[in-house]
Amino acid sequence: MSTVRIWKRPPFIKRAWLRWSLTIGGGLFVLVAIGTMDVNWQRVAAGAPRAERFIASFFPPDFASKSSDIWEGIFESLWMTVVSTVVGILLSIPIGLGAARNLAPRPIYLFFRGVLAVSRTFPEIIIALFAVKLFGFGPFAGIIALSIGSIGFYGKLLAEDIEDMDPVQAEAVKSTGSSWLQWLNYSVQPQVTPRMIGLAMYRFDINFRESAVLGIVGAGGIGATLLTTFDRYEFSSSATILLIIIGIVMAVEYSSGYIRKWVQ
Amino acid sequence: MLRLEKLTKQYKTGDLALKDIDLLIPDGQVMALIGPSGAGKSTLIRCVNRLVEPTTGTIYLNETELSSLGQGELRRARRRMGMIFQEYALVERLSVMENVLSGRLGYVSFWRSYFRKFPQTDVDEAYRLLERVGLDHMADKRADELSGGQRQRVGICRALIQNPELLLVDEPTASLDPKTSRQIMRLVCELCKERKLSAIINIHDVFLAQMFAERIVGLQLGEIVYDGQPDGLTPDVLTTIYGEEDWESTIEKVKEEDHEEESKDSIFLASAK
Repeated sequence: MSTVRIWKRPPFIKRAWLRWSLTIGGGLFVLVAIGTMDVNWQRVAAGAPRAERFIASFFPPDFASKSSDIWEGIFESLWMTVVSTVVGILLSIPIGLGAARNLAPRPIYLFFRGVLAVSRTFPEIIIALFAVKLFGFGPFAGIIALSIGSIGFYGKLLAEDIEDMDPVQAEAVKSTGSSWLQWLNYSVQPQVTPRMIGLAMYRFDINFRESAVLGIVGAGGIGATLLTTFDRYEFSSSATILLIIIGIVMAVEYSSGYIRKWVQ
Repeated sequence: MLRLEKLTKQYKTGDLALKDIDLLIPDGQVMALIGPSGAGKSTLIRCVNRLVEPTTGTIYLNETELSSLGQGELRRARRRMGMIFQEYALVERLSVMENVLSGRLGYVSFWRSYFRKFPQTDVDEAYRLLERVGLDHMADKRADELSGGQRQRVGICRALIQNPELLLVDEPTASLDPKTSRQIMRLVCELCKERKLSAIINIHDVFLAQMFAERIVGLQLGEIVYDGQPDGLTPDVLTTIYGEEDWESTIEKVKEEDHEEESKDSIFLASAK
């Protein structure tokens, strides 16, 4: 009775025919997709020296000639970012609480999940187009767009973090006879705060980068200045703007890492 | 005094966790509730403070009928019942002191608790309790820095600062080593005696139950199959509660333990101070 018992990990998809047809079908799809991509290699070759010239024209970055426009745009972008991040997060706290399955009754949960789904459906740039039509050109439209975008992002992640919390800690605080607000403050908040602070920093970063794009549709920020420099072939000024954006994003990145470690 | 009358709990899945439980726990009695996993011990305890809603039946804590209270009244009633949990259930990112003071949440306003401005009497009491369990020097440590036994002592303080009439204790020793388990059980029982508290202690460990409780109730599939003295737990009784197994050795051990009691007590008191 000492037969060797062979063991193999059971396959993820049990039905052999389904497993094979998915594998082969997926492989074919990728091949066909690559095959239909019509790359004109001659044009690529011709473009290479032009790209070289184009990139070379960014150097050296010109910090001087348009500096007042650039700094004005950067500061506008920055305060749009600050305002929209704060407004977005403040509004997404009640929405996130409502959209957490373990906190809210079913109808409220469904309603707030709906709100979050809608606010995440449209990219910020589309909301900005609407906002520009509604409120006119300028940073206010951008702030509206970024705030709505922040709600969709932050509210959803907050709701999910609350759903993932340890229910026993929450139960323990509830069993002391605390009110609902006290219960939130003593059992839910400590469990979600560190992650939510990290995400707030991340959203600040996203909003700043988005604010550079929104200027293109006239919703304020550095984007408008960037677009103008491109249109006028002032690439050395464009380079300056891009460098400043990179610098600010990196600064946010490093400080968020530091802050996250500190609040953990 | 806690009185359960015809308490039944049926979960949405259809599982009948408790069947017509009648139980009376007089003031000052420490009762151990034993039984296999899934017997309904946890459900019973949670029905009392209504973390789980009973399906039918009534529960009286002294003169208050708990099972029909509205939200506000239920909150006030919960203050009178301290609960101690299996995995300690401390809020890990709060400090030891905040965890203990959270036992007073039912007594203070939202803004006071939000700004951590608890009345001085509460703070005094918190320090007194922490001192009693030997952790007053840890007050500002975060709860997740503590060891298992220390966390459970903080859990005990949180329950006691409510100034409860009843302790609901859910598997207090399940995640502790044998020595710490004994210390925790001894501490709970001593504190119950000091404060004339009654307690329901859910516990897996039969012989810890026998060592510390004055009354044992055996639960099996949602029904009470034993209710009596700790020394009435014969192999036959244990077989009706848990099923067939060799129970002789468990019972033997308890008898030996009893002899060692005295010496251990003094060791523990020294280490708690």
